[in-house]
Amino acid sequence: MAQAHTDIDFIAVQREDFSLAVEYAKLCENNSRDGAVVTFTGLVRDLNQGRSVSSLTLEHYPAMTHKALQEIVQDARSRWQLGRIRVIHRVGRLQLNEQIVFVGVSACHRGDAFAACEFIMDYLKTRAPLWKKEQTDSGEHWVEAKQTDQHQARRW
Amino acid sequence: MKVLFFAQLREVLDCHTLDIQAQLNSVADLRAQLQQKGELWQEYLAEGKALAAVNQTLATEDTTITASDEVAFFPPVTGG
Repeated sequence: MAQAHTDIDFIAVQREDFSLAVEYAKLCENNSRDGAVVTFTGLVRDLNQGRSVSSLTLEHYPAMTHKALQEIVQDARSRWQLGRIRVIHRVGRLQLNEQIVFVGVSACHRGDAFAACEFIMDYLKTRAPLWKKEQTDSGEHWVEAKQTDQHQARRW
Repeated sequence: MKVLFFAQLREVLDCHTLDIQAQLNSVADLRAQLQQKGELWQEYLAEGKALAAVNQTLATEDTTITASDEVAFFPPVTGG
């Protein structure tokens, strides 16, 4: 598990689950400067690219993942006026409906918070070294990268 | 230099780490050298099919490399 905690940015790559309530509280607590908090949570779903999924295994490049996420967060900060940013990505074996990823952003105004949250997710999906392997009815498969994710990331 | 492989690449090539001693200047050079190791290497390390990172930062084909670098090859990422 790799973790960095500065006053405003929190990035974690971990096996453990996270609590949306706790994360939300950390974005808001003693933060009267920001009037907007946007959060995104990604979950394991039961159907992907036509296959029935029973669980996922997330592999990553431990020495790089944290650094890649940090660069994405820095990139977001250079584009918008942001308050606090929290990014958590889980690794290892995950069951259906479990939480995979969390991105939370606070900002003075909602426009910046919405945009930065979506940007961080789009970049994470194309630049952070994580790979999903699905366990399905027909065996195990590595998930293939989607063109649509590349398009989403190129918008910014 | 230390070369790492991840995810499907690690499985297909049955290799997680390699130590390469040859004198190579760029990611493209290293990729070409590794692709000579066999058919699977040729196919799975093709540009576009395998991304590269140098010292834990995404690299391009002309990114320079030295003996002390850590280079990684992996499939397009699928986290999130």
